[in-house]
Amino acid sequence: MAAPIRVLLAKIGLDGHDRGVKVVARTLRDAGMDVIYSGLHRTPEEVVSAAVQEDVDVLGVSLLSGVQMTVFPKIFKLLEENRAKDMIIIAGGVMPDEDVEELKKMGVAEVMLQDTPPQKIVDTLRELVEARGVR
Amino acid sequence: MADYIPSMDLIEPASKGETWAVARLISRAEANMSEVREAIGEIYRRAGNAHVIGLTGVPGSGKSTMVAKLVHKLRAAGRRVAVVAIDPSSPYSGGSILGDRIRMSDLALDRDVFIRSMATHGSVGGMAHAALDVVDILDIAGFDKIIIETVGVGQDEVEIANASHTTVVVSAPGLGDEVQAIKAGILEIADIHVVSKCDRSDSNKTMTDLKSMLRDGIGHGVQPNWRAPVIGSSSFQEEGFDELVAAFDKHLESLEGEPGRARREQISSFRLRKAAEALMLERFEAQSDFDGAATDVAARTVDPYSAAETLVRNFSSEASS
Repeated sequence: MAAPIRVLLAKIGLDGHDRGVKVVARTLRDAGMDVIYSGLHRTPEEVVSAAVQEDVDVLGVSLLSGVQMTVFPKIFKLLEENRAKDMIIIAGGVMPDEDVEELKKMGVAEVMLQDTPPQKIVDTLRELVEARGVR
Repeated sequence: MADYIPSMDLIEPASKGETWAVARLISRAEANMSEVREAIGEIYRRAGNAHVIGLTGVPGSGKSTMVAKLVHKLRAAGRRVAVVAIDPSSPYSGGSILGDRIRMSDLALDRDVFIRSMATHGSVGGMAHAALDVVDILDIAGFDKIIIETVGVGQDEVEIANASHTTVVVSAPGLGDEVQAIKAGILEIADIHVVSKCDRSDSNKTMTDLKSMLRDGIGHGVQPNWRAPVIGSSSFQEEGFDELVAAFDKHLESLEGEPGRARREQISSFRLRKAAEALMLERFEAQSDFDGAATDVAARTVDPYSAAETLVRNFSSEASS
């Protein structure tokens, strides 16, 4: 049996809206994944450090505060410094369409907006991990 | 496709304490990939320097919060500290939510602290199956105190005592009367008893119950030259942790010579038994007639004992041929 997919779900910055991320956590758990939740108000440094120690397949960052264009460049820089470029990065929450484009160019594998059906999140993660292969 | 670095090549960077290499080895050990077994063997031969502390107790007794406080104390004393935090997997989906890190988030940026969450993935006894391989990896990475925090346990999950040099049992006030204290099981494995939440007024009673249990000769662990102390702590008021850290060191000292040898032997035979069990079960279930035997047992034409005996006989003759 293959090991369960490991996911870190993180909330970064001054954003107290965690209902969504908790629903996602529960959904992924019910799909058989190991889910680590960061808790609220983390910094990009704390989140990347945790993700590297936990060696997660997927880092999902939930943002409903509009700071995605500041947070994600930092995350990619930190991943590079920590030799963790093979981690799959997902953005979730509410953000404008033009940011979605930019984030994908930056290396975000997928952006899951507020109306994404739960099963779609599960399927996307499985496909992305499958495509990455064994590491 | 990501580049695959062979596990044997991860040993050097891991032993220099490089986080990514340590973390990747742990993932592979946990996934029990056949490729990692040679590396795990090499790591086992190099390990054996760290002091492994097992922390166990009922759900909600305050283990994770206590671990966070302990890590701060141990860091202040100049130790490099690793934490293996085990949480339960869902019996239905096999998934898990690993939440112990939340209470330790202020430690995230300290390079000399490594925290790893693990799920039980169906293993019972309060531990995850690869937890001891993970401890060895952290050991060669230079962490000198390694804390294993078990899942919240009941009265009978005592595997942690076969995995750690020092076993700490956390009791919370208000969860039971003196009858609980005379029961066999988890309270017997403690090298150190801690009563958590001592800011609560009913903690005195828990302290008294545990002390009277010890007076009656129960709950001193298995080590003849050691008497388990009862330490009161409050994570909320940050009390009792200096005493607890001092007790770790005192217990480690008590393991000099023969008691330590006995302890290491106990841990090794536990690991050997676990490894043999896993291997035998794997081969046993892989036998071609296993499913047929299961069908016969379901139809009640054969009893499970006779069916198992036949399978084991076939299995051993296969192995010797």
